[in-house]
Amino acid sequence: MSKALEIKGLRKTYGNGFEALKGIDLDVNEGDFFALLGPNGAGKSTTIGIICSLVKKTSGEVRVFGKSIDDDLANAKKDIGVVPQEFNFSSFETVWDIVVNQAGYYGLSRSLAAERAEAYLRQLDLWDKRKVASRMLSGGMKRRLMIARALVHEPRLLILDEPTAGVDIELRRSMWTFLADINRRGTTIILTTHYLEEAESLCRNIAIIDSGEIAENTNMKALLKQLHREVFILDSTACLPEALSLPGYAVERVDDHMLEVALEKGGSLNEVFRLLSEQGIEISSMRNKANRLEELFVSLLAKK
Amino acid sequence: MTAAEQWIAFVTIVRKEVRRFLRIWMQTLLPPAITMSLYFVIFGTLIGSRIGTMGGFTYMEFVVPGLIMMAVITNAYSNVVSSFFGAKFQRFVEEILVSPMSNNTVLWGFVLGGVARGLLVGLIVTLLSLFFTDLNIQHIGVTITIVLMTSVMFSLAGFINAVFANNFDDVSIVPVFVLTPLTYLGGVFYSIDMLPEFWADVSRLNPMLYIVNAFRYGVLGVSDVNIGVAFAMVGVFTVLAYAYCMYLLRSGTRLRQ
Repeated sequence: MSKALEIKGLRKTYGNGFEALKGIDLDVNEGDFFALLGPNGAGKSTTIGIICSLVKKTSGEVRVFGKSIDDDLANAKKDIGVVPQEFNFSSFETVWDIVVNQAGYYGLSRSLAAERAEAYLRQLDLWDKRKVASRMLSGGMKRRLMIARALVHEPRLLILDEPTAGVDIELRRSMWTFLADINRRGTTIILTTHYLEEAESLCRNIAIIDSGEIAENTNMKALLKQLHREVFILDSTACLPEALSLPGYAVERVDDHMLEVALEKGGSLNEVFRLLSEQGIEISSMRNKANRLEELFVSLLAKK
Repeated sequence: MTAAEQWIAFVTIVRKEVRRFLRIWMQTLLPPAITMSLYFVIFGTLIGSRIGTMGGFTYMEFVVPGLIMMAVITNAYSNVVSSFFGAKFQRFVEEILVSPMSNNTVLWGFVLGGVARGLLVGLIVTLLSLFFTDLNIQHIGVTITIVLMTSVMFSLAGFINAVFANNFDDVSIVPVFVLTPLTYLGGVFYSIDMLPEFWADVSRLNPMLYIVNAFRYGVLGVSDVNIGVAFAMVGVFTVLAYAYCMYLLRSGTRLRQ
């Protein structure tokens, strides 16, 4: 499978001496939906900045669809669309002008730019706002505007740096659907996010970066398999007994109608339900205590 | 990018720049029109009538070329410095930096925006001056060439200023504390022949003197300085400014971390 992105030995030391990247290696396959996770200051935005040539690397190699950013930067750039973390468009320009001008910067004719701008603004529910100055948009609309702008030249690699930060749940989910659809149509996507649920539901492969180094780089299924223990929250229909025990399981009574049960890898939920049923406890609903990826994320970073 | 794609990108920047200064015409076109009209009224009509002739021309005829050139210089410079710094300040310069445009496309896009505003303001001021005096342009080629070269040179200078500016104070320092005083002392309002020898020699170190006089030569046919020197100086400064702008873009100075 061809590579959308190849990073080898990438280092970045800022002018103040801060070493943001300590020689990372990273590959992203064409067509992938890839998560790049890490705590604040881990080096995610620096990595993205270098790929998009907004940040100068200290050393190392970056190739986008085989094109080196050292030797063939202009062609590498043509394949990239980027949605940055911070809003970075003119607050005085209209939505339409921002998207159409961006197409012009990539050499798209005015007619093609207009055609694409209309298509993406409609898909992202911004068509009615096309004549509005960008400063008048809500936070969610501004995020969608940056996505439309990044897509207007139809890049093969779309990089999204926390695209759903500060976006309400409903809109976040509609953006997930949109991004999943873009990915299905062939665009490789790299996503950084603090919503680990987002990465778990969208991405097939994942890298976790911490203190400028890759802490983990694998596929999502393999990563989640590393979970040894999951905690479930169970809601009972009737009041729970004060002394509650399930032989072989760590159980905690949270309140009169709620308990937490820890299940080791390979454990059976059926067994838990059988034991509860023997005690006359009927369960009405159940959920994970924490996001599974979040647990892994915390444990991986704690190991370092 | 192909040459055709670079051309589209270049036109996109120029169109955006022109639309920007037309959109905010109350800040970009109206103030120089009012200021220069006041100069014409006060220096040309009210005070000028008491001064008499200068170099064989009425005082109004004498000051008009310098005032037109002052408007061109200030507006070409201000357009690029404020637009490019604004893009840096609001971070939408990143739209350009992530694109595959060449550095030349970016630079000349902004420079042509500055030239367009400089020339438009120059035209407005020229038309206003016709309410006060007649303009019989003596050397049309010299007039057009020097005004084009000057507006390109100061647009490039504005670009350099914008790259290094950290705040809006840095944007206004050069026009207020360098360009305006040098233009005032560059023979807009007087001929250096009127000055004592020492101050005339000092004035000859002022590059604005050559620019103003070259333009005055084009319009009136008279100059205090050698026109060839004026063209050579503007040419050399333009090439140096262009080379430095390209260096700044290539190295990413103050633009890429």
